[in-house]
Amino acid sequence: MSNHTKQSPAPAGPDRITALDTRLISTDKTLASVPKGRTGAARVLLGRDAIMIYALIVFVLYASIAIPRFATPVTVGFLLLDVIPVLLIAMPMTLVIITGEIDLSVASIAGLTSALMGVLWAAGLPIEVVLVVCVVAGVAAGAFNGFLIAVVGLPSLAVTIGTLALYRGLALVVIGDNAIANFPPELTAFFTSKLGGTGIPTMMIPVAVVALFFGVLLHLTPFGRGLYALGFSTEAATFVGIRVARAKFWLYVGTGTVSALAGIFWTLRYSSARSDNATGLELTVIAAVLLGGVSIFGGKGSIPGVIAGVLLIGTINFSLRLERISDVVLIIVTGTLLIASVVTPNVYAAIKAWRQSRRLHNTLPQVPASGATNATASGVPERK
Amino acid sequence: MEFIRNHGRKGIAARRLVSVAAVAATVALLATGCASGSSSTSTGTDGAAAGDLSITFIPKQLNNPYTDVVLGGGKKGATEAGFGATQVVGPLEASASSQVSFINAETQAGTKVIVIAANDPDAVGPALTEARAGGAKIVAFDSDTNPKYRDVFISQVVAKDVALIQTKLISDQIGGSGEIAILSATANATNQNGWIKFMEEELASNPAYKDIKLVAKVYGDDDDTKSFQEAQGLLQAHPNLKGIISPTTVGIAATARYLSTSEYKGKVALTGLGLPNEMRPFVKDGTVTAFALWDPAQLGYVAAFAGKALVDGTITGKEGDKFTAGALGEKTVGADGLVVVGPPTTFTKDNIDEYDF
Amino acid sequence: MTIAPTVPPGQSERTDGARSGRLGALLRLRELPVTLALIALVVITTIANPLFLSPQGMKDLLLNATIVMILAVGQALVIITRNVDLSVGSILGLVAFGTGTLFANVPGIPIVVVFVVGMLLGAFLGAINGILVTVAKVPALVITLGTLYIYRGINNSWAGGTQYFAGDRPEAFGSLSVDTVFGFPLITLIAVVVIAIVAIYLNGVRAGRDLYAIGSDPDAALLFGIPVSRRVLLAFLFNGVLAGLAGVLYASRFNSVGATTGTGLELSVVAAAVVGGVAISGGSGSVVGAAIGALLLTTITSALTAVRVDKFWQQAIVGMLILSAVIIDRIASVRTARKLRISEARDV
Repeated sequence: MSNHTKQSPAPAGPDRITALDTRLISTDKTLASVPKGRTGAARVLLGRDAIMIYALIVFVLYASIAIPRFATPVTVGFLLLDVIPVLLIAMPMTLVIITGEIDLSVASIAGLTSALMGVLWAAGLPIEVVLVVCVVAGVAAGAFNGFLIAVVGLPSLAVTIGTLALYRGLALVVIGDNAIANFPPELTAFFTSKLGGTGIPTMMIPVAVVALFFGVLLHLTPFGRGLYALGFSTEAATFVGIRVARAKFWLYVGTGTVSALAGIFWTLRYSSARSDNATGLELTVIAAVLLGGVSIFGGKGSIPGVIAGVLLIGTINFSLRLERISDVVLIIVTGTLLIASVVTPNVYAAIKAWRQSRRLHNTLPQVPASGATNATASGVPERK
Repeated sequence: MEFIRNHGRKGIAARRLVSVAAVAATVALLATGCASGSSSTSTGTDGAAAGDLSITFIPKQLNNPYTDVVLGGGKKGATEAGFGATQVVGPLEASASSQVSFINAETQAGTKVIVIAANDPDAVGPALTEARAGGAKIVAFDSDTNPKYRDVFISQVVAKDVALIQTKLISDQIGGSGEIAILSATANATNQNGWIKFMEEELASNPAYKDIKLVAKVYGDDDDTKSFQEAQGLLQAHPNLKGIISPTTVGIAATARYLSTSEYKGKVALTGLGLPNEMRPFVKDGTVTAFALWDPAQLGYVAAFAGKALVDGTITGKEGDKFTAGALGEKTVGADGLVVVGPPTTFTKDNIDEYDF
Repeated sequence: MTIAPTVPPGQSERTDGARSGRLGALLRLRELPVTLALIALVVITTIANPLFLSPQGMKDLLLNATIVMILAVGQALVIITRNVDLSVGSILGLVAFGTGTLFANVPGIPIVVVFVVGMLLGAFLGAINGILVTVAKVPALVITLGTLYIYRGINNSWAGGTQYFAGDRPEAFGSLSVDTVFGFPLITLIAVVVIAIVAIYLNGVRAGRDLYAIGSDPDAALLFGIPVSRRVLLAFLFNGVLAGLAGVLYASRFNSVGATTGTGLELSVVAAAVVGGVAISGGSGSVVGAAIGALLLTTITSALTAVRVDKFWQQAIVGMLILSAVIIDRIASVRTARKLRISEARDV
């Protein structure tokens, strides 16, 4: 999993840009895991995101059989309404994490948007203006992150911990402890409405558009493929011809904008604008993205996998609600899933490496023994 | 090179298999969890099928001692009122939107009565409306929702009584004159704000309180640490402070703990609403002379009976409706669907040992 | 070859600075901004409200800061190795509740025993983090995000609605956070001793200095023969011990301990360390800086209340402080890198 962070730049160097591009994609085994259709069916079916989709399907099937009332359109409606904010933010977050960065300020941007919405609406502005200002605020918040990270070159973890506090603080400054609830009823009703008898919330249409946008951007454009390269190594990406700073800047503008959309959704769905809306959502989003198969080191992951991850957590969540099982179980399950999904393959690799080095050790007795311990500790399969 | 690559691919495929296994194992684990959960609740569901009456309590947050007392009364009331199945669900943190998905799940489960203490009067609105459309009766208790979203609201006591008893207690303790401050829960807590409004009116209008000056209102967000620090801040910012009113159980306990360990002990009076078990040491060591509260268990108890009466059609939530709340006798629905449980009790070191909650 | 578990951002170009020789001078520089900020804040607040530095005011200030200070010191150890531990709030909660349970169920248990048990529990939980991070080679951010959930879940199911109150604990235990020696609260003195020990360990002991090497460049540290995994594991374990200590002190200091004790603390702790000049990308910073950072953040809360500034500004100010700390750190490291390059050139 971690093996490739520093290795891949190795081929970067002499060749022409196009040549390098293909080489990077065809020789590096992790890059090859990006679903691109030209690999074998088996690979696609066994891909990390495919696993999440299977897990989701298995769980939905199980829940439909075992949990009374689960398999109804009502479930679909409630469940999707609950996951929309996470689903929205997870889309740009996937791209950010694939480039090896992170954005912890998303929930605070949503909270800031919600607070702004409340104050502007209470001040008597027309709702259209309010919505536009809110989105602009999200763009600005994202651009500020992007400026500090991409232009100034500060570490994203530190910057977004800072803006996590800053934006939430500004939300408090804007609205204080007030809650504003009197949004136009037609609008709040629209935000919780369903598409006919399907139970699917109307809001899923714009959400699907957002998901499609980021999916296409990541998987079908040179820009998106460049992001994977960026996740492996900034230098390699520069060689491939990616404008690193610009790409990162726009990604943060993306998370800011989508977080603002999530904040607007949150406010109108619960018809309550408060400074503490969506608190802690950043951890849920990141957990879902990582569960969906995106590597925290960058360079790996896909939108379908992440969507499956978000839906899996949402479905588990709602099933527990239906069964009236305490949220305690949910937190423990979320934590365990998160750790298990990333630890197991690595532990397996470590054990395998250890066994291999043992075998090597037996066949070639002159190999120094100290190498073995290091190899076990760091799980170095490609050394051999 | 070729060797390395092939080898790597095989490794990845194998690792993915392991991932499948890992995720599958976790899901299986979860599935068993659900299965055991459903078997444990199934007795309740059977009962519901027999009696066809289910009631679910949704407190502000689980794992809170005050809530536990309220729910204890609620379960007792539900059994006595004849509900077949009693459930308690709720979020682990008291945020505005966290109750919504619980309400949704109850709607889907076809629960007949939902008893809720709202974290936000409006955020739960759409979900409750949907629940009512599905045939559920909504009883708000402890903290009200917007009145249009519920059938009745079970109030501890008349809001004004709660306010008056606190102003009276603080006036007695500071000798009728001086600066006082209020340390409340969150700034948009419905019930606290109602009481504070009455307190302010009373202080302004009652000539007996003309020398008392309310200098500050601060909010500890019902968080022990935050309340503790707010209490410190109050005393620093207002050196002449004579007394503090804290109309929330978390706030008064934190403030008492601060006062009892500081130089202000015995010099700055403290009263408000507290739980006897939490306040006992501070009453005994002289930090607090008197504080007030209703019996929280009665709140849940009456809420259960109100739910039953709504289902039976005995009451509809309009003013003047009457129903019998078990051992607590007849209750009347007041204006705006308000049902008042009883007068507050004042706790002093003489009577505090008689209470255990 | 695997690099040690890493905080995600790609900051490979940034790790050139802090290496052995000039460390001392560099460290002093890193603590300087936060110390100046603290002094300025205290002076301004005291001018505005003289009660702020009264003996009672001082005592309150130090008492409030003590627990976050200890946590920030532990966090600094972990961050210096280019890791992070988000589970500290949950560890603190578990230990604090465990402390309450011990006192309630084992009457007459010696206070020392409770401290030892609390720290052992913390060590155990920290070691789980450390083992998962080092053996499984998964970034600490993911692992500790997972254990944040898991430990909190365990706390919730263990505690349920039970809370233990000050009345359940012996008076001597509660008075730990009341009694003062020369105006300093006892638990603050405990914290100061702990910070001193950790600081000496980091600067004077080989194993401690290894942590900086690991954080600066894990690959190089490994090649250099430093047992990276063992050191990182130790940092997590030690952070657990400190979180355990903080948990016991929390039980002494605050009225109630229950299922939600310590929720959300992790971000203020990481923030304190960062404000104190501990670079999130590892390899630089000091525990003293982290402790001062914690003191600064708690002082802001109290100062705003004391000068009656709208408390809503507090969090925004904390955010700005973190950003300034990160920027200052950046400037400092660029400057040091340049200086190092010049002096190296001269040496040649």
